[in-house]
Amino acid sequence: MEKPLLSVRNLTIDIPVGGGTLHAVRGIDFDLNRGETLCIVGESGSGKSLTSLAVMGLLSKTIRRTADRMDFDGTDLTRATPRTMRALRGARMAMIFQEPMTSLNPAYTIGDQLTEALLLHKPVGREAARARAIELLEKVGITAAESRLSQYPHQLSGGLRQRVMIAMALMCEPELIIADEPTTALDVTIQAQILRLLYDLGREMNMAMILITHDLGVVARVADKVAVMYAGELVETGPAAEVFNMPSHPYTRGLLRCIPLPGKTERGSKLGTIPGIVPSLVGDVQGCAFRTRCSYAEAACHGDIPRQGSGGHAFRCIHEDGNRHFEEAIA
Amino acid sequence: MLTFILKRLGLAVLVAFTVSFISFSLLFLAGDPAAALAGETASGEDIETLRRLYGFDRPMLVQYGDWLFSALRGDFGESYYFRLPVASLIAERLSVTMILGACGISFALLTAVPLGVAAAIRPNSIIDRVALFLSVAGQAMPSFWFGLILIVVFAIKLGWLPPSGASSAQHFIMPTIVLGYYAMPAIMRLTRAGMLDVLSSDYIRTARAKGAPEGRILFRHALRNAIIPVVSLAAVQMGFMLGGSIVVESIFALHGAGYLAWESIARNDLPTVQALILVFSMFYIVFTFLADVLNAWLDPRMRSS
Repeated sequence: MEKPLLSVRNLTIDIPVGGGTLHAVRGIDFDLNRGETLCIVGESGSGKSLTSLAVMGLLSKTIRRTADRMDFDGTDLTRATPRTMRALRGARMAMIFQEPMTSLNPAYTIGDQLTEALLLHKPVGREAARARAIELLEKVGITAAESRLSQYPHQLSGGLRQRVMIAMALMCEPELIIADEPTTALDVTIQAQILRLLYDLGREMNMAMILITHDLGVVARVADKVAVMYAGELVETGPAAEVFNMPSHPYTRGLLRCIPLPGKTERGSKLGTIPGIVPSLVGDVQGCAFRTRCSYAEAACHGDIPRQGSGGHAFRCIHEDGNRHFEEAIA
Repeated sequence: MLTFILKRLGLAVLVAFTVSFISFSLLFLAGDPAAALAGETASGEDIETLRRLYGFDRPMLVQYGDWLFSALRGDFGESYYFRLPVASLIAERLSVTMILGACGISFALLTAVPLGVAAAIRPNSIIDRVALFLSVAGQAMPSFWFGLILIVVFAIKLGWLPPSGASSAQHFIMPTIVLGYYAMPAIMRLTRAGMLDVLSSDYIRTARAKGAPEGRILFRHALRNAIIPVVSLAAVQMGFMLGGSIVVESIFALHGAGYLAWESIARNDLPTVQALILVFSMFYIVFTFLADVLNAWLDPRMRSS
């Protein structure tokens, strides 16, 4: 079997807060192969963004990150020096952020910002970098690409800026690209365009992609693998088709009931909701974090939660199959 | 950018004219100039003679026009006290003030900006505490007291520096420190606050995500954005230093323009006071204009507004 490009084991992120520690991410595992798209889904605050920032080594200094293993193509990221991380960032792994309006430096031209990573990482001249920038701007569907290079971010709309961000991330042809809710801040009409563009370019350049989103409709279309996060835990992970067809964790099933799926949701039927709120993660967190909102919760949910599943499809629940069969029987 | 500069220039000229009119009007607000000129013992007839001699009997706008045209040619009239042309009087004093002002603002910027940046990189660290202490001390300490302490220590006890005068570069060391230290706290705090704000912004994270080295992030990406309000503040302080360094000039017996202004006010030497007010205001206008241009260069968003 092919060795994964990115392999993460037992990643834990703790944030010191007034009066204790916020256990924001607790022991998550995942693998990502070259050219594969992994979608991380979950509610706000479930630790999706922190997980991606941890991979990039962009967590702020006050945040504690530990992992048994974080391996990027043979480089141990847990032990990488700042210099090694800098050499990887922008060159072999790149990131696209949620907020295109504030993610570009207002003081520099689009051209300056586009060529920066390439000039930092590769032995190319200004002219070659400019040519590459124009090529990529055209690729992300920006017209009059050459004249855009001398424009400033404030002269561009949100959609254009996010296209610029995508082009910027692609400048060095990274092997891994992490997109953290890249369309949340955009107009609904261009969300689909941007995602499609990102996905197509990822395929074209054979990039592995981590796409963070809470739009399950998007996941259904683009994901090879899905990782469902809840309150800092990876509650279910597996190939997209399996997770969608046989959601095993009660939370995943709850999420899927919340969205209409073409062909699956009956016209006129009510969409589901998950009652309750996400628990506090400050202090000791034990047992299943979802138990306060789960209809199958019992005493054993306070204890250790086993990891179940076979092959690539795994979930954390004390119930066999997360009571899926039971639920199907009464449905 | 050129349109922006021209617009600002036009505005600056407009402000300059307004200021010149106000500074001329002060002459009339200050009381009867002819009476002041004649002195307390003069008779009514003498005052009338002087009034006609100096043209104070003409309408105010005519006098203003006359004065303005002379001023534009560099002729500010004659000092009532020194009986010398005001222009040459000021020119002679201004060089000292300008050297002191330039040294003072340089000292302030060269200490405040690095300290502010260092404090922002590591908030609540030792260096941040030291910077905070220095800025609180600088704000709390009156200039005249700090100046006297320096004279006692470095001129009298240690004998390293001359206590007063302006005849060599050494004479300017202590005045520079006193004047610069006065301006330093505000600049430092503004730099620190600006850097803290910018360093937590999304585009700094973007720069990090590109693998940019820390130095490049700090100075290229962050400082350029954080320094913008500092530029405006420094321009105002520079103007203040040139016009308001009276205390420092008096303590160190530097006979600069600030000192001259103080003397002339005491002597009711109105042409000199008028000219000085105009010159000091022009400094403010020029520095504000330069700061605007510099800021527009730093921040492209300002060019379009």
